[in-house]
Amino acid sequence: MEFTVKVNGERWDIDAAPADVLLDVLREKIGVKSPKIGCERGDCGSCTILLDGKTVRSCLVLAVEVDGQEITTVEGIGYEGLSQLQDLFISNNAFQCGFCAPAIVLSATELLDSNPNPTRHDVQEALAGNLCRCTGYEPIIEAVLAAAEGGAK
Amino acid sequence: MTTTFPFEAETDSDQLKTVGTGAVRIDGVDKISGAAEFVDDIDFGPGLLHAAIVESPHAYARIVSIDTTEAEEAKGVVRVVTGEDFPYKFGMYMEDRYIFAQDHVRFVGEQVAGVIARSHRQAVQAAKLIKVEYEVLEPLLDPKSAVAEDANLIHPDLDDYAHVPWFFPKADTNIAHWRKIRKGDTEKAFAEADFVLEDTYTVPRYAHCAIEPHVTVSRLDHADRLTVWTASQSPHTQRHLFAEALAPLGFTHKDVRVITPYVGGGFGGKAGVSMEILGAAMATLVKGRPVKLRFTREQEFYNTYQRQGVVAELKVGVMNDGTITAVDHKLFWDAGAYVEYGANVVNAAGLSATGPYRVPNISNDSLCIYTNLPPGGPYRGFGYSEFHFGLESHMDRIAEAIGMDPVDFRRKNAIQEGDELSYGAHMNPSGMIEAIDKVAAAIEWGVEEETDNPNTVMSKGIACFWKAPAMPPNASSASFLKFNEDGSLNITVSGMELGQGYLTVMAQIASEILTVPVEKIRVETPDTDRNPYEWQTVASHVTWSSGLAVEKAAIEARAKIFDVIHQVYGFEDESLYLENEAVRCSTDPEFVKPLRDFVIDGIQTEEGTWRGGPIIASGKFMPEFTNANSDPETGQGGHPNVHYTVGCTGVVTEIDRDTGRVWVRKAALAVDAGRAINPDLVKGQIVGGLVQGLATVLYEDMRFDEDGKLLNPNFTDYKIPTAFDIPDEVVPIIVEVPQPDGPFGARGVGEHTMIAAAPVIANAVYNAFGTRIKSMPVTQEKIAMALLEKGSG
Ligand code: FES
Ligand code: FES
Repeated sequence: MEFTVKVNGERWDIDAAPADVLLDVLREKIGVKSPKIGCERGDCGSCTILLDGKTVRSCLVLAVEVDGQEITTVEGIGYEGLSQLQDLFISNNAFQCGFCAPAIVLSATELLDSNPNPTRHDVQEALAGNLCRCTGYEPIIEAVLAAAEGGAK
Repeated sequence: MTTTFPFEAETDSDQLKTVGTGAVRIDGVDKISGAAEFVDDIDFGPGLLHAAIVESPHAYARIVSIDTTEAEEAKGVVRVVTGEDFPYKFGMYMEDRYIFAQDHVRFVGEQVAGVIARSHRQAVQAAKLIKVEYEVLEPLLDPKSAVAEDANLIHPDLDDYAHVPWFFPKADTNIAHWRKIRKGDTEKAFAEADFVLEDTYTVPRYAHCAIEPHVTVSRLDHADRLTVWTASQSPHTQRHLFAEALAPLGFTHKDVRVITPYVGGGFGGKAGVSMEILGAAMATLVKGRPVKLRFTREQEFYNTYQRQGVVAELKVGVMNDGTITAVDHKLFWDAGAYVEYGANVVNAAGLSATGPYRVPNISNDSLCIYTNLPPGGPYRGFGYSEFHFGLESHMDRIAEAIGMDPVDFRRKNAIQEGDELSYGAHMNPSGMIEAIDKVAAAIEWGVEEETDNPNTVMSKGIACFWKAPAMPPNASSASFLKFNEDGSLNITVSGMELGQGYLTVMAQIASEILTVPVEKIRVETPDTDRNPYEWQTVASHVTWSSGLAVEKAAIEARAKIFDVIHQVYGFEDESLYLENEAVRCSTDPEFVKPLRDFVIDGIQTEEGTWRGGPIIASGKFMPEFTNANSDPETGQGGHPNVHYTVGCTGVVTEIDRDTGRVWVRKAALAVDAGRAINPDLVKGQIVGGLVQGLATVLYEDMRFDEDGKLLNPNFTDYKIPTAFDIPDEVVPIIVEVPQPDGPFGARGVGEHTMIAAAPVIANAVYNAFGTRIKSMPVTQEKIAMALLEKGSG
């Protein structure tokens, strides 16, 4: 089946089987590798992408369903230079192995777009679907809160 | 008496510029921009084949027959593989495994056959068509029944297995290794003790749950060179074990190359060799084609290493003044079906099962027991997290029984520099008491906390920890260093960046000596063809060991730099020093020679010829004071551990008396890093490790059914912490009592931060309700049930 999707601002015309999963198509046909394969059943959040500005787990979406929509991944977020949030992730040591980081940046970006002044609880809620085994989350929460404060930290 | 260290590293560090600062991690932009490449992200083109594995549904069975005909004819299938293709043993410390099962399967999930196909889906489909006939045998699912007199033998050939000399298998039993320590006279000490406490603690199995699953791509090229890209903590060890296991096929070390890009979390689960050898072996049958094997999250749970379970029988004797006089610690480990790596966890625990205390009379028995559960293996903490649960619970109970404050009791017995260890060697300098005091202060030990909530109780807990790296006595590290035209540096090492910040720390060490800023230093992840040797990135030893190798390389490079200057300008080497990427001279303040001017091209002499040339250097480190030879019956005589890192954890908890829910309101953790090369990264280890440790006590455990099948192999049923499941506040405390032989005084901290998390919660629960929970995890349900039974509600 043919469909068209915009990925990080670029238009792609893709031929995929009806059962192809969006995560696999992004990684194998479009070559965008920041959404990671962690569980393939919606538990870990490492495959998170922004679909028309909203986070979705791309392992749970069929590729053909995104016809006509727009996808953003971390490659797109930082294309013109890292975002303030990304910089704050670095300065707060908000990742270690980094496997979860691209997805977490997207979840946090979505949060800050809709709620510029989140509480600690809001941040925890926004990140609750993204598992990180390395950091203990605390530095991630601090990075997001710092970004909300205008990165004054 | 203190231990002497033959190699004293450069610790003159009053004027440190880079070491001790929170330098920004050098892999930061890679990882946050999406540029960081993990194994699964590498493109291999249209030739890439995919592998799937057929697994045993039985915990113990004899393989009667395998019928692969239908699978071989299935669409897309290139090759079907069974144990017959690779009748070769392998193992890290003991060769007790086969690549694919031979005549028996010994746990649910064990690999019996494999399929290589053109697509992942085709491989998985075809694997379902392989018919295996089994004769099901009675499995042994817990260590106590596996050591019973009449137990079946899981490995009847145990006596023939090759193993390292410090293992003592017991033929015709299921005991693969028995680490004994006998020191002093425990019988007499218990008889004379004022108080003796004896009890049993149990700890289940746990899963590492790195978010990146194990994945490997292997290719035998047309020149018979085998390259394996792998998500691993152990590139050189993998190459070695692949080369040894596949030697019958004609491979030598030169023919095997292991490349390890960024790895998405390890925690011990990606150490040694587990599923990677399946991919490596399978690729040898389809020359020219790369073969990818990626484990599903489920396989990740049941067919990679698991943290072993343990039944701990502990007896401790004390005098009324609080002096510990004797410890008898018997550890019965559920080591699983293969113990090639896990037996060393058992060994490490047995050597150190007194905890961080001065104990004159010791009897430790640590038994590595085969069971029909998945292979146990290394997990952050390496046996110490497991035995500290009982030990540190016990310490609180004893303190209470003799009317002593648990903090005072620990201070009184805290191990100090020069104290004799269980195996006769002596303790390294360490800041145990400082750690206890700082944690006690941070959680305001002794001060009661208030809560407005009538349903909850506030309480506090404290627990100490220690751990030594567990490794072969001669485990070593090496590094290469080269300058570039602009004075920037490339360093190659073979430690792995697992997220702990290893690459950054290596850059900081070189930066400190050569004055080249960290931003101008690239440290590469390993490729065994190009990077020098490193044993493995485990045991929290790479900051220390690989750090020393980098320090030595930098010192060698500096000597070469000074030598060029000496040749051209005649200054004595002793008068030269480096400052801001330039050579300066103490006898000629005017002299400044920037490194970028000569580290590649050399320096032109007055007559027009040149001196110097590219500055390259190497460094290596191997501990030369260790040995693992000791008396099998007493454990005395050797010096198996290089040093211990110590520390203390404290919590303030609020617990709901109806539901048993525990909130950690505040946690403080002090660890003696010797010197924190990068305090920010050490804090990262403290917070991350503590949360991982708290998860083992509050949320996680592996559940098996009566047939040995894992019931919760996914994140829905095996719940690891989310952003909600963390302490409200963590106070990271870095203690710095230098390690005399460490780079700038540093020693490792990576594993230690999770070790005391379990007992500290058990102690806080007791302090809240007077209820002692002696089996992990200490879940909400368990607390609620205990309170119901107690009728305290
Ligand atoms: S891979 Fe999609 S949620 Fe885990
Ligand atoms: S940084 Fe490793 S999983 Fe989050």
